[in-house]
Amino acid sequence: MIDSLLGIKEEAQQSIARAGDFETLNAIRVKTLGRKGEITQVLRGLKDLDAGQKVEVGRIANEVKDGLEKLIEAKTQQLKARQLETALQSERLDITLPGRPGKAGGRHTISQVTAQITAIFTGMGFTVAEGPEVELDYYNFEALNVPRDHPARDMQDTFYITEDMPLRTHTSPVQVRTMEKMAPQIPVKIIVPGRVYRKDDDATHSPMFHQVEGLLIDEHITFANLKAMLMLFARQIFGSDVKVRYRPSFFPFTEPSVEMDISCVNCGGEGCGVCKQTGWLEILGAGMVHPRVLEYGGYHPEKHTGFAFGMGIERIAMLKYKINDMRLLFDNDKRFLKQF
Amino acid sequence: MHASIDWLKEYIDFPWTAEELAHRLTMAGIAIEGVEQVGEDTILGLDLTPNRGDCLGIINLAREVAALNGNELSWPAIDIRETMESADDCIRVEITAPDLCPRYTARLVRNVRIKPSPPWMQARLKSCGVRPINNVVDITNYVMLECNQPLHAFDYDLLSEAKTILVRRAQAGEHITTLDGVDRELNDESLLITDNGRPVALAGIMGGQNTEIGTETVNILLESAYFSNIGIRKTSRLVGLRSDASIRFDKGTDVNGVVFAVNRAAYLLQELADAEVIKGVVDCYPQPVAEKLVLLRPARVNYLLGTELTAEQVSGYISALRFPCEQQSSDLLVRVPSYRPDINLEADLIEEVARLHGYENIPAQFPCGIVTQGGLTELQAFRERLGTIMAASFYEVVTYSFVTARYFDLLRLPPDSPLREVVTLSNPLSEEQSIMRTLMLPGLLETVSRNLARKNNNLAFFEIGSVFHPRPPGQPEEVLKVAAIVAGRTEPGWTRSDFEMDFYYLKGIAEDLFDTLGIQNVEWRQCQEPSYHPGRSAWLVCGDAVLGVMGEIHPLVRQNFEIKPRACAMELDVGRIFELSSLKVMAENIPRYPAVERDLAIVVREELPAAAAEAVIRKRGGELLRNVSIFDVYTGEQVAAGCKSLAYKMTFQSADRTLTEAEVNGLMEDIRAALGSELQAAVR
Repeated sequence: MIDSLLGIKEEAQQSIARAGDFETLNAIRVKTLGRKGEITQVLRGLKDLDAGQKVEVGRIANEVKDGLEKLIEAKTQQLKARQLETALQSERLDITLPGRPGKAGGRHTISQVTAQITAIFTGMGFTVAEGPEVELDYYNFEALNVPRDHPARDMQDTFYITEDMPLRTHTSPVQVRTMEKMAPQIPVKIIVPGRVYRKDDDATHSPMFHQVEGLLIDEHITFANLKAMLMLFARQIFGSDVKVRYRPSFFPFTEPSVEMDISCVNCGGEGCGVCKQTGWLEILGAGMVHPRVLEYGGYHPEKHTGFAFGMGIERIAMLKYKINDMRLLFDNDKRFLKQF
Repeated sequence: MHASIDWLKEYIDFPWTAEELAHRLTMAGIAIEGVEQVGEDTILGLDLTPNRGDCLGIINLAREVAALNGNELSWPAIDIRETMESADDCIRVEITAPDLCPRYTARLVRNVRIKPSPPWMQARLKSCGVRPINNVVDITNYVMLECNQPLHAFDYDLLSEAKTILVRRAQAGEHITTLDGVDRELNDESLLITDNGRPVALAGIMGGQNTEIGTETVNILLESAYFSNIGIRKTSRLVGLRSDASIRFDKGTDVNGVVFAVNRAAYLLQELADAEVIKGVVDCYPQPVAEKLVLLRPARVNYLLGTELTAEQVSGYISALRFPCEQQSSDLLVRVPSYRPDINLEADLIEEVARLHGYENIPAQFPCGIVTQGGLTELQAFRERLGTIMAASFYEVVTYSFVTARYFDLLRLPPDSPLREVVTLSNPLSEEQSIMRTLMLPGLLETVSRNLARKNNNLAFFEIGSVFHPRPPGQPEEVLKVAAIVAGRTEPGWTRSDFEMDFYYLKGIAEDLFDTLGIQNVEWRQCQEPSYHPGRSAWLVCGDAVLGVMGEIHPLVRQNFEIKPRACAMELDVGRIFELSSLKVMAENIPRYPAVERDLAIVVREELPAAAAEAVIRKRGGELLRNVSIFDVYTGEQVAAGCKSLAYKMTFQSADRTLTEAEVNGLMEDIRAALGSELQAAVR
């Protein structure tokens, strides 16, 4: 009997090793370990043996059973692993095919640049102020120290609705509107993004464009403060290695006035077509708020000082993204819009 | 404006190359935008700011250089040999409009020989872009470029016997024929130089043809005057003529420089036209312009600039400018020279100090002061968020706020539509940009049309911007809108098929938008907007507020805008959406008891709005009905003609117990019964 058991074991071991699928393995299990299987068959002869032999054969039979069960279990795990492996192989994707399209739109360059500029200044403690696009002459010109017949009105060709109501030529009127609301509280710390209008239409001018204006009034704001804050701004928007320089300029609503140039973003300052070989690009006008403008706004120029600045968003966008024609920004061609 | 370096060097010496000079001037506020070699000479291109018109004269530019390097100026030569005859006996000048002409001087020269001016003078004029004509005309131009004082030469013999120059206002409708041969009509704000009643020059702008210098001219009356810049600008605009002279008067000239200039011209005529200069200058200056005195406090300079300049440094810069001044305790009382009309206040002088000190030499320092919390208002933040959400489905565009009234016809707006009440530009660039938009739709339709013409298909655009409604006599009402348009199909991909961006596509985006923004209970009401398809458009209503309109564009409107494919658009009021939006979300516990789902298909009349059926279901389902969604709409063979089948999936759930089958069955029975009785719906 022992020989039979060992024979069964031997044969089953070989069959298990050869088995290639669950069905074969199951058949082997039924054939050897099943209720009517070979081991059970052999053990039917147990009743003819004496007690000592019974114990011995029983022990060996259990050993054979346990051994085979373990083998079958191991083989099952092996087959499962192989089956999973095969399944995974069959599910292989061509990972070079494009993904399902998700992006169906995007924000306009002007909105993106406006948001960037806004974020920089709100991070420095500025709030955002806004005002009407159809403005009163008083706010657009007069309270900004540009009386009627002032030569500076020629700097900005103006669209008019009525004699007293132009389309705002800059976002500066919001300076005065804000000062009026806040005076005599300090600090006044605002930026003003928005649409503005001038009678100009060519590759570098559009009759409608966007500006961001800034105003900081406090007890003692200096030209040195203006330099520091605008330099920080330039570095944040154009990169930390950008160089800036300040040149005297003229705006009726600031005195002293300044133009901020940055090192050419195209050539890095070597001189190229973009910067007209100068290595510098004009990006922003600024200055100390003119004493008359402070007075118009309700502040006393001896007690309060401030600086103001303004820039064209289109210009910043064009420099940042190397856009060569301003009209592209208002042309709204899908192929252009998709690039940003 | 161009300036010759050779010419400049006649008045001031400097050791710099042209490039160095250009850089130094630029950094001092006289922007040089080009340096060009022309023969032996170098020409600077000046990009002057409007306040520095004085630098249109080479001498004043030399003053700037002198302020930078401290060298002495050499003044142009005037060495006149006057005749015995006195000018006062030959000319009289009278001014009846001293507000427009505070000062008028004249000189007489006799026996000029008209001929070409010498080559050096011609070369200089050409370098400044002025065409040489003859020695007399060239000399007046030369002195203008040198001293920034426009001059005019009359043929003395063409003046009437009285030889009296009267400077007066024109009568409205009075005419003058200027040197360019154009007859110009004037108004009573224009200033005329007249002789015995007839105009002989349009003051400060252009001379008259009747007294023009010609080859026969022998005797010359030279005019050197100071005109008010406002008057010159008005007349220059009125007649549409800008001359080298008017540009200079417009920017402001030097009331005290007129005599120097007329003498300089007389001297050059003597030297280059063999002229005899008659003794004396006739100077009519009824009310001398007051000297400008401005107090400059060095402490204030440092206060405003953030510098630590000494009083000596400050007064040093003022001396470098050759501005006379007196010490007044620690301050300076500055006598501003009349050739610098731009300087009126202490701040102006502080700028002079700053630019001579060099903006680069002012430190950069962050301000001290209380810390402020920056950021956006709720509305501004909402708008940003709205833009971001919209940008997931559409490309943002920026279209002009001014449009043409023609659009209203293209949009099929009736003649009495309130949208035709517009804010009109009084001076538009063109009819295409002549009124402020009252709705966003035309800009989007144009954008779609233009893209289609360029073979860009499958379009989805949005814009956030203002529309304008007149509110005379005040400023217009500006209403912020968000508008979107779709035309064509979704972008096809290899993993899925594309589909048409139709009404329901746009509606789905709008519903997601409202959901994200926390706007509930938006009602879609069938609408009759003339630009939209009457069967495929809706007003979006929430409570009393109309949020806007959405729909398929009317086929005739599409045709008007040359849009072939169907297109759908929406236009919503941002302010109203903002007011209704609630970004405060209240968390709700996840129910612990199981949900029961049931499907229900009903057949109703085809014209019955699905919303009506859903309303009945929700009403009958009560609190336990947590969700209703429609999953099929069918018309066809298996449904009677004129009817449609609607299939709903309903989810019942209780927060505090497991629902029994019987409970749910009861609710379903109620719903079926109500649908039957209220809507005559048949249950399939």
